[in-house]
Amino acid sequence: MKNITNYAASFVIISLLFIVSSCDKDNDQKDMFDTSGTYTIKDQMARPAIATVFVGASRKDEFNGTTPTAMSAAFKTDIVNKLTAFGYTTNALGQTKDQFASLLATDVLNVKTNGTTTFFDGTNVLTGRKLDDDVIDTELLLIFGGAAGTSNPGLTKDNVNGNDKVFLTAFPYLASPW
Amino acid sequence: MKKKIVFSSITAIAVAGGIIFAADHIDAPAVTGANSTSTGADITDIYAFQSPADNTKMVFVMNVQGLMSPAVTSAASFPPNVLYEFNIDNTGDNVEDLVIQALVQNGKIRVYGPVAPAATGTSSTVRTNGTVTETSVTTYGAANPSVGTNNGIKIFAGPRDDPFFFDLARFKEIIGGTQMGFRNPGMDTFAGTNVLSIVIEVPKSLLGSASTINVWGETKSK
Repeated sequence: MKNITNYAASFVIISLLFIVSSCDKDNDQKDMFDTSGTYTIKDQMARPAIATVFVGASRKDEFNGTTPTAMSAAFKTDIVNKLTAFGYTTNALGQTKDQFASLLATDVLNVKTNGTTTFFDGTNVLTGRKLDDDVIDTELLLIFGGAAGTSNPGLTKDNVNGNDKVFLTAFPYLASPW
Repeated sequence: MKKKIVFSSITAIAVAGGIIFAADHIDAPAVTGANSTSTGADITDIYAFQSPADNTKMVFVMNVQGLMSPAVTSAASFPPNVLYEFNIDNTGDNVEDLVIQALVQNGKIRVYGPVAPAATGTSSTVRTNGTVTETSVTTYGAANPSVGTNNGIKIFAGPRDDPFFFDLARFKEIIGGTQMGFRNPGMDTFAGTNVLSIVIEVPKSLLGSASTINVWGETKSK
């Protein structure tokens, strides 16, 4: 009986200690996150579908681990070759194959810090990427559409022109999940 | 005739280069594995745009773990050993001058920065010396998103509808040589699928004074 009482008392004390130490942890939020160590790159992306379309399967991991400054030297030749295979001559931006490949080879999103931010809205080109931008149509048009955007009409738009859910007007803007 | 050449070229590339997927969905073989299942470090899309609610703010979105059904989404989580990082160049040399880093651990997201990185390139340490913003990860089925705020920064982490849209199924048929062009209307292959999203809105004043910044997203792990 005494043993049981002692046991119960010990349990209460241990529980209290546990609660006290838990409170301390809650108060010191830095302890809740492990921020130690060195993190190494696994995946990388900027412009939609560029790596996907122009970087072959055997080099995808290499691409994902290449800093943007090193991408052109490593991947521009591949991109030129694929544009050649696509029958590319020029696009609606008037870019030669070499100019277009140079743009694509450094995979960063150019984002304007003042004014309209869009992948392409009919007027502004590559000033950002917003949720409702039809980025696939833009890329198909630039790859297959030729100087006037009228070449290969069956290949320059996929006829999916918007998302399947309405975006929110307030933060976080993306629609709730299905 | 010209079209035929184009189509056959595309087919040849498709065969040589493997199956073309989507925006960046399942496009990191090292993290998606042999069965091509999207996992915690697989980025599907990056967005950067002026806030539609406040033109003094910029919004950065990183989506991971694409093509999830509702059932898969309900069990999905952010791995605690992955660092989600936006890299921002504001000097025009395509080298990051600022990073915004996010960690998700124990049901919470913590966002560090924008802050200068300890070092540029493919390895990172977490920069705890700048602004730190925290909130709970929004759970699947929650009525309202959990939003953290600090110094004009807003953050969110949790499941969202995949905002990407594309008739990928038809595109695969085109590159496979069984179709000659897109259909009209097209069908959105990503309809009804979800991603895990990290959304971060920051005052533009925290991004430097450049008229154009260059942005890319990275996942890093330890």
